[in-house]
Amino acid sequence: MVTLNIDGREIQAEKGKTILEVARENNIHIPTLCENEAVAAYGACRLCMVEVVSGNRNRLVTSCLYEVSEGLNVKTQSDKIMKVRQLVMELLLARCPNSSEVKEMAQSVGVKTSRFEPEQEDNLCILCSLCTRVCRDVIGKSAISLVSRGTERQVALPFCDDANACIACGSCVQVCPTGAIKMVDQGDTRIITWPNSSHEFKMKECQSCGKYFAPEQQIEYMMKVSGLEEEKFNLCMTCRP
Amino acid sequence: MSEVKIKNETMSAILDKYNKDKGHLIAILQDVQAEYNYLPREALYYVSNELEIPLSQVYSVATFFKGFSLKPRGRHTIHVCMGTACHVRGAMQILEQIQTETKTDCDGTSEDGKFTLESVNCVGACALGPLVVVDGEYSGQMTVNKVKPLLENYD
Amino acid sequence: MNDKNSKLTSIKELELKRAQIIAERPDVATISVCCGTGCQAFGGQKIAKAFVDSIASHGLQESVAVKTTGCHGFCERGLLVVIRPQNILYQHVELEDVEEIMNETILKGNVIERLLYITSDGTTRITAEEDVPFYKKQQRLVFGANGYIDPTEIDDYIAIGGYSALAKAFSSMEPEQVIDEIDRAGLRGRGGGGFPTAKKWKSTREAHGEVKYVICNCDEGDPGAFMDRSLMEGNPHSIIEGMIIGAYAAAANSGIVYIRNEYPLAVKNTEIAIRQAQKYGLLGDDILGSGFNFNIVISRGGGAFVCGESTALMASIEGKVGEPRAKYVHTSEKGLYDRPTVLNNVETWANVPLIINRGASWYSSIGTEHSKGTKIFSLVGKINHTGLVEVPMGITLREIIYEIGGGIPDNKKFKAVLTGGPSGGCIPESLLDLPVDFDELTRVGSMMGSGAMIVLDENNCVVDIARYFLKFLEEESCGKCVPCREGLERMRQILDDISEGKGTESHLGILEEMSESIKVGSLCGLGQTAPNPVMTTLKYFREEYLAHIVDKKCPAGVCKSLVTYNIVDENCTACRICVKNCPAGAIEFIAKKTPVVLHQEMCTKCGACMDVCKFDAVEIR
Repeated sequence: MVTLNIDGREIQAEKGKTILEVARENNIHIPTLCENEAVAAYGACRLCMVEVVSGNRNRLVTSCLYEVSEGLNVKTQSDKIMKVRQLVMELLLARCPNSSEVKEMAQSVGVKTSRFEPEQEDNLCILCSLCTRVCRDVIGKSAISLVSRGTERQVALPFCDDANACIACGSCVQVCPTGAIKMVDQGDTRIITWPNSSHEFKMKECQSCGKYFAPEQQIEYMMKVSGLEEEKFNLCMTCRP
Repeated sequence: MSEVKIKNETMSAILDKYNKDKGHLIAILQDVQAEYNYLPREALYYVSNELEIPLSQVYSVATFFKGFSLKPRGRHTIHVCMGTACHVRGAMQILEQIQTETKTDCDGTSEDGKFTLESVNCVGACALGPLVVVDGEYSGQMTVNKVKPLLENYD
Repeated sequence: MNDKNSKLTSIKELELKRAQIIAERPDVATISVCCGTGCQAFGGQKIAKAFVDSIASHGLQESVAVKTTGCHGFCERGLLVVIRPQNILYQHVELEDVEEIMNETILKGNVIERLLYITSDGTTRITAEEDVPFYKKQQRLVFGANGYIDPTEIDDYIAIGGYSALAKAFSSMEPEQVIDEIDRAGLRGRGGGGFPTAKKWKSTREAHGEVKYVICNCDEGDPGAFMDRSLMEGNPHSIIEGMIIGAYAAAANSGIVYIRNEYPLAVKNTEIAIRQAQKYGLLGDDILGSGFNFNIVISRGGGAFVCGESTALMASIEGKVGEPRAKYVHTSEKGLYDRPTVLNNVETWANVPLIINRGASWYSSIGTEHSKGTKIFSLVGKINHTGLVEVPMGITLREIIYEIGGGIPDNKKFKAVLTGGPSGGCIPESLLDLPVDFDELTRVGSMMGSGAMIVLDENNCVVDIARYFLKFLEEESCGKCVPCREGLERMRQILDDISEGKGTESHLGILEEMSESIKVGSLCGLGQTAPNPVMTTLKYFREEYLAHIVDKKCPAGVCKSLVTYNIVDENCTACRICVKNCPAGAIEFIAKKTPVVLHQEMCTKCGACMDVCKFDAVEIR
């Protein structure tokens, strides 16, 4: 156990935990956008930055990645930090002017409007990369990835059209903080729309009730991974014995 | 310009040269590009399968690095150095002149398939700036007026 | 060389080999032809071959040799040929000159005046290399060997004492003593960080783990920098030797040289050098019978400035995109494949054999209190002597630019010197007497960086330069973190507006405010230092920004939206050379002895007319 100080409060914490984890354990709020318990910390949005003093060294670090240590002095809302958070949200607001989640987060750090001209009014993707990381590290399919670099960076299928690795599980849809990926089931088809491509997936029909219950590509993958025969996957969850 | 067909023996030889080591992905893609003058779509599938790297990761690497082209390139590749030393000596004007002469945008290929124009961020020959490299041949101390005669050397 | 018996299995064998090589070398005149990338563009290989053929046709093979070397550094005067042992330096040598050099200099011992170095004022010719002002004030401890060895011949390197530092380290120093020597020498990283090298090595040595790496960073992404290219091309063995010593000290057994793809000659020469070192048993198992195993492979970059950053470089070696990550745990403990890794720059490695051979006391006597040794700078831009210069730390900028660099061409006025590349800043005339060292440059808002030194004159616009650097970094940003990816684009858009006459004074405040947050908020060095060029140009040249904003003028005559090209009627002789050379057909010939007319609406402001006019009849307003 180590003793550290966050915003004037003396706190006991387990060695090896991050400042963010310890803060949350102690009901201290630090905003985040690219973080999710399902995947490893990434440090991209910079919202969770805090000011730390260790010895005579004062620096800004991302609390999602920085581990606590004995005698660490942490400030979660110093002027410098607030300015960074405000700039980040002002930039994201210009990137995604019509995202309610972005607007809400911006408001919470004191940013109402952006001085920068929006470029793509309907853009909802903040490039937090939670979708690609979940697909790679949790689902293990790497169906989508981050393509190109800099301001050209985007979430895409290979060649923006190859959905062969996708099992249409919808995890990316679930984990996206801004709803930038959409999934719609229409009869026997599931349509997933990523920021720059979309694909239609054929759904499997339940042999008992006739409901379309899972994408065929997902069933194929589960068959392959489990080694079970096709008959095991012919019934929907409700009709299964 | 249409996609080029890859040859399995060629691809296989490239992968064997690097012992099919995943870590050499960039070098492998560079050799593929040297062979086909760009990265054919089929080639990325081949590399992904043989190296057992997800296609999306191969595609990410191919689109991340400036050195790679996913579109077939022209017969001749023009690289205009846009490094600082060349910039202060007027590289921008040279680039614009070449764009006008070849009727091509930067990172594009001329309609007749003759030239692909790309910018490069410093080749390290700063004394020769502004510098244009065509098919690996360096032409230094370029001026706007030297552009047309230089390009006329190539068919 | 007998392949089977070429392996040197002990230090004694290395020394015997060295003595043998020296003894077998005929005492001949040598024609040293520079074949670095720059001089190759001037026909280096063809000229070298012409000399070889000429020697053969004169039957002089026994008394004259040709040596193709790496970059000599005096790039402005390429192609360079040096006749040794007299060290007669010939500049701007062309294929047609070869026979004359053979007949006059080699056969008769006469110098050819017109090929000798001439001072920038055109008055004085100088014969010997060491007397040329460009070379005189330099201290070419690391770079000097480039002019004497063929980088593709390991025997050349051994003949001048190569691998003796390795022998010394293996025979008389424990790894900890090697680290101590580097520490007392005060060697700091030459790639830009200036981090104490010994500290890195020690950290890796002490880190937990069996498998450790040493990496040489030859990504040299700073535009305008080509020191590392020239070292890697011209003397790859100095880096290899440094890496073996470093690996020995840090307890690493695998080495990687990461070379950017834009340097094909460096890749080629390093490949050859590694093979030759392996053949001699200087790389591989049980090096020189020491029991130490170490080998090196080459990894090529794909074209990304961000891969000069250590964690991005390592990701790229692992076959991934060059995305940096947080370094709260140093890469010396968790680097390549999460293993302890020493990453050092090319020039840093090249300094190691020097320090081991001549000792920390000698090395630390050069330079300033906190910046020891020499630094190689690439001196480029508006400077008479473009090239690579190696100087002791502590020399002033004025000495570099005027005494070594020969001052500004065409009698133009010096404006500023950019140091540190896109991460650095500009230094104005008032600070020219600044001693060059890591801390001094940082103190004035710039940084040493990799060593690119770009000189600007009165015809360069600082707004244009700031915009250039931002555009560069915007394109090179990996895109991971918000402040860098989104912030640099927005800063560049503001610079666009200012250079187009659409700027406002409040823009300056926004730039300053954004800079602060981008500096502290970005994930890696690219974003953290990106605001520097804007900040320093604003600090030292605020009035130039204001001219663009308030007066809507570009005083340097660069920003296209704010300038026009105009014919000076009194000077125009209607010679029509501008009419012929205007690529847009914007200039109209009216009649003899009548000034031409420049149609503004068709003018693309390319500057061709100004370049060709011999009567000063074109001006920028």
